[in-house]
Amino acid sequence: MAKSKESPASDSEVKIKVKTRISWKSSFKKYWQLYLLLLVPIVYFIIFKYGPMEYIITAFKKYKMNTSLWDMDWAMDKKKNTDIFFYFKQAFQDNQFLRALKNTVVLNLLDLIVGFPAPIIFALILNELVFTKFKKVVQTIAYMPHFLSWVIIYSLALRIFATDDGLLNLLINKFGGTSIPFLGEDKWWVATYVFLGVWQNFGWGSIVYLAAIAGINTELYEAASVDGAGRFSKMWHITLPGIKPTIVVLLIMNLGNILGGGFDRPFAMQNSLVLDSAEVISTYVYKKGVLAAQYSLTTAVGLFQSLVGVFFLLMANFISRKLGERGIW
Amino acid sequence: MIKSKKTQRGDWIFVIICIFVAIICLVPMLNLAARSLSSSDYIIKGEVTVYPKGLNFKAYQYVFDNAKYVRSFFWTVFLTFICTFVSLLMTAICAYPLIFHKLRGRGLINIIITITMFFNAGTIPNYLLMKSLGFLNNPLVLIIPSCLSVYNMIIMRSFFYGIPESLRESAEIDGANYLTILWKIYIPLSKPVFATLALFYAVGRWNGYSDALMYINNKREDLYPLQYYLYNILKSQSDLSAQEGFSTPGLSDTIKSAIVMFSTVPILIVYPFLQKYFIHGVTLGAVKE
Repeated sequence: MAKSKESPASDSEVKIKVKTRISWKSSFKKYWQLYLLLLVPIVYFIIFKYGPMEYIITAFKKYKMNTSLWDMDWAMDKKKNTDIFFYFKQAFQDNQFLRALKNTVVLNLLDLIVGFPAPIIFALILNELVFTKFKKVVQTIAYMPHFLSWVIIYSLALRIFATDDGLLNLLINKFGGTSIPFLGEDKWWVATYVFLGVWQNFGWGSIVYLAAIAGINTELYEAASVDGAGRFSKMWHITLPGIKPTIVVLLIMNLGNILGGGFDRPFAMQNSLVLDSAEVISTYVYKKGVLAAQYSLTTAVGLFQSLVGVFFLLMANFISRKLGERGIW
Repeated sequence: MIKSKKTQRGDWIFVIICIFVAIICLVPMLNLAARSLSSSDYIIKGEVTVYPKGLNFKAYQYVFDNAKYVRSFFWTVFLTFICTFVSLLMTAICAYPLIFHKLRGRGLINIIITITMFFNAGTIPNYLLMKSLGFLNNPLVLIIPSCLSVYNMIIMRSFFYGIPESLRESAEIDGANYLTILWKIYIPLSKPVFATLALFYAVGRWNGYSDALMYINNKREDLYPLQYYLYNILKSQSDLSAQEGFSTPGLSDTIKSAIVMFSTVPILIVYPFLQKYFIHGVTLGAVKE
């Protein structure tokens, strides 16, 4: 999701600030109540968002139970010829990690290719609907999957895609086909995973684009109609360029997430048959870290993942600005 | 927006596409509802599609009589209310001071907050922190760590920015202090955004299971939120079902369907009524002016 820049007010605000900046002392005197309010969220951020960062150092140390973080030995060991990046190297020699890394990239790329355009297309379709009541009903229905948890979506999927009595396979059987193992075979599982991602998000994702479309000057459409432009050429030449800034911002955010991705969706959907395609970094970290207590290794993996995420975000933002688009900041 | 007076032939194509899309969204839920109301014989025969066959309410009766399930349900309802309340409070007291342009230190605080949106320490550092705070197997772990979302805070702040400053200034002249202004002006005027964020936070808590998975073990089963409880029921069987192609071993499918239905319905009842609010909320959060 995009980080919104503060509001239209913020540009003019910069100028005001320069003119009327007050001293710290008078700020405290005037606004002490506000500082008091802010104290609670700031303490929250320090403990729960910055607090974990201290533990990142685990990635460079040999984790030992019941030892303070500072007393643990560094991963460096001259005799065994290891350096401070020992656990990072270990991760990259671990086939399970490499598999998870590959799957994460593949699934996220597929999500990007299939899942990113879906809400845009849906918004364009909705925008063409002339029956307002009908449009509203369709929207309400399309938002529904967003409110379902992945546990529930998986249990729904099981009932649709199961090989013996899943609705879809019953249908396939009825027309003489053989059942397809949607959830039990790697390539079908991947397709189902991507499909369910689209299913869950296309409606919700379209909200932002619909809002952007609503902001396009209607005179443009009228002028185009006078010039004899058809429905699709209006879509292509007016609507799409009109929502381009929104598309770019969301694309940057998505690219920043190429190594990220949630935990709930893959974890709820995976089963032992398809782990070769379904194990992603987040689930690998859970199993190796929380369950198997290899804290140093998994912290290193997490740090790698976060840094790559930040790098991709910065890159995407940089490229977008070079191409003359507005970035996310 | 295209508003032609008479409908063209092309319009119907889009109507048909939308009907198709709506069906794809609805069929899984209808199938689930049908299964929960059908008798097992028809399910095993594979005859239940989108309407119940052999209509009966036995599965629901079973669910209501199952003390463990009912307990988990009400615990989650309670948890969701607490979380939503705490989160809204935190979000408001974080967003409100940050709209005062003259507040010194505001820029620094904004930076501190924004960084956390893009850089996350990772699962294990979070886990180790919870461990050292004594939050494992503690109900607080389901409430506090996720009680403030930066993204939601930005939505609320954008909304606050939209409230005319003159209101605030005239109240200041009348001698109101900043807490009174928040309480008497900002909160009453911000009902739509509070409704939206209440929905976001409530859905997040209601649907979340990974925090319980990581931080709570089977010694404190009483703390399991509904979704994690569901996860355990469904997963204990589903590995098997994916392998053997059965979706129905163990607990009967009717009962499982009833459990899933019952865990979904509260949110499905609420969200359509909040639609106009959350559309506005999403837009505030994501469209760059």
